Amino acid sequence: MSVRRLSPNQPASFAFQPETLEKAKWWIAKFPQGRQQSAVIPILWLIQKQEGWVSEPAIRAVAEMLGMARIRVLEVATFYTMFMLEPVGSVALVQVCGTTPCQLRGSESLMAVCKRKIGAKDHLSADGKFYWQEVECLGACANAPMAAINDYYYEDLTPESFEALLDDFAAGKAPPPGSATKRQGSAPEGGPLTLSDPALYDGTAAQPLKALPNAAPKAPEPEPTA
Amino acid sequence: MVGILEDKDRIFTNLYGLHDFGLEGAKRRGAWNGVREILSQTPEWICDQVKNSGLRGRGGAGFGTGLKWTFMPKQESERPHFLVVNADESEPGTCKDREILRNDPHLLIEGCMIASYAIRAHACYIYIRGEYVFERERLEAAIKQAYEAKLIGKDNIHGWDFDLYVTHGGGAYICGDETALMESLEGKKGQPRLKPPFPAGAGIYGCPTTINNVETIATVGSILRRGAEWFAGFGRPNNTGTKLMAISGHVNRPCVVEEVMSIPLRQLLEEHCGGIRGGWGNLKAIIPGGSSVPMITAEMAETALMDFDSLREMRSGLGTAAVIVMDKDADVVKSIARLSYFYKHESCGQCTPCREGTGWMWRVMERMVTGEADMAEIDMLLDVASQVEGHTICGLGDAAAWPIQGLFRHFRHEVEDRITQYRAGRPHVQGATLVAAE
Repeated sequence: MSVRRLSPNQPASFAFQPETLEKAKWWIAKFPQGRQQSAVIPILWLIQKQEGWVSEPAIRAVAEMLGMARIRVLEVATFYTMFMLEPVGSVALVQVCGTTPCQLRGSESLMAVCKRKIGAKDHLSADGKFYWQEVECLGACANAPMAAINDYYYEDLTPESFEALLDDFAAGKAPPPGSATKRQGSAPEGGPLTLSDPALYDGTAAQPLKALPNAAPKAPEPEPTA
Repeated sequence: MVGILEDKDRIFTNLYGLHDFGLEGAKRRGAWNGVREILSQTPEWICDQVKNSGLRGRGGAGFGTGLKWTFMPKQESERPHFLVVNADESEPGTCKDREILRNDPHLLIEGCMIASYAIRAHACYIYIRGEYVFERERLEAAIKQAYEAKLIGKDNIHGWDFDLYVTHGGGAYICGDETALMESLEGKKGQPRLKPPFPAGAGIYGCPTTINNVETIATVGSILRRGAEWFAGFGRPNNTGTKLMAISGHVNRPCVVEEVMSIPLRQLLEEHCGGIRGGWGNLKAIIPGGSSVPMITAEMAETALMDFDSLREMRSGLGTAAVIVMDKDADVVKSIARLSYFYKHESCGQCTPCREGTGWMWRVMERMVTGEADMAEIDMLLDVASQVEGHTICGLGDAAAWPIQGLFRHFRHEVEDRITQYRAGRPHVQGATLVAAE
């Protein structure tokens, strides 16, 4: 388990911005009546998008909104590690994957770059612009090593390309996510070795089926629909 | 040709995102084709076809998909049925569902529709891991297209009312466990539930629920379109079909690729990934099925087949077919210690053996990496691992124990060498070296 506590410095209040509120209602509507609690994770996430982190007043606001006990929202906010419980960098939240597949491909050298350029792990940088963390497997292992910066994945990094990336963020640019080596998705480097048959893409697969294989001889007629 | 599977037999034809992920492109590649005919059959027919195809769950456990569907009640009652798709892909090494979610989402949506009909559900939730923000945006866009084209929704062209919703998690590995996922979906901490009751009896909101992996659901449409025999024709009996395999670590070209089940592991690595860094002789160990399965050695990798039975015979497992390769430059002890940290970090804290055991095992493993340990601690560690294994509500306790057991099964001598090295030249005073393993 990871021990996570609320920040000692909390803002006095929290208010939903109109677009956050609208999105929150959209999430609540996805779940059956009376089950609005199901939307708690997405709504906390919306708050994090609005404020950058999840504060104690925000937790109270969510509890009120969803009719939950405050402690239940607090539990959720501290259990799920994606919720940041203290302010993060104004420019970028850098999350370097450190689990074994990335470690084997050199994530430790990426973290060394972070230490040098940003400072200590799990702390705001001196200028308040950056915040970096080591996180557990982000599920892009074939493109290791990688880091998520402000939610999007930057893959196939080297210490050099990673440093350039951080410089770009610091300069106010928004570098496009994806592979630093311009790899096509998770295809092997140098281009896909499979899926080269043009017949897959010329529309033959969209031809109506002659007959459904193994179809039951007397299939019941489907209900007529409007 | 590379590998065994031919292009014409691939299910995931947009695996690398070279083509349109949207509805038009997906339809051109065959998605949604014949769904109306499929849904004009009975739910039992669909379950039988999926059973005949031999499709086993692609999320790691490998449970028969058709069989799982038949566990659902045969009649709808006042408790509605639900399908939940587990897109909480967090197992280290595994990055296959991501490719489906972002590049071929319509295969998944189509599969959700068919599977929901087969289990008599009118609503489906896709629970995607919180970190997959881009993938979620893609999936939401694809679902919107499907609604607009009236492929799903109320009064759709297929005649089975069906609503599909995406929800997401908050970065907890444990939510990949089906009962923890249900807790999380209900807006609670992701702590697994005791079984029974099984999800088919009481799942989300206390209603009958079936939970399947993304890849499992996304293959269903193609299986029914092309016939169960077509799918069953790949791989060995009991291990049929095609499978997305993700290869990471020390190969020349890591990638995700669709291949037939039972492909020789060596062929997979040599042909699709350009071989091991520094040649096959430089291979040290392979974790063949995501971090939770024990590793196998280079000798075993020579003959291993990528299927459930072959890898089980080697006391490992296919898991999610996420192959993590370690060459001789890799520090296997450190790699496993990092996995121990992962499990310590991700333990939900509900069961004592796991909450305390994962942290304890990690701290001892860290000392094994440097050699600052006692020989007797190796057996103590294995003893603790065996006491965590099988004594927890969910599989995370097992998953934390197995990599350590695998390491010591094959590389115990390496750890012993380290301890000896560390000891050499240091005074042998009782209690002098060790930080107590608390």
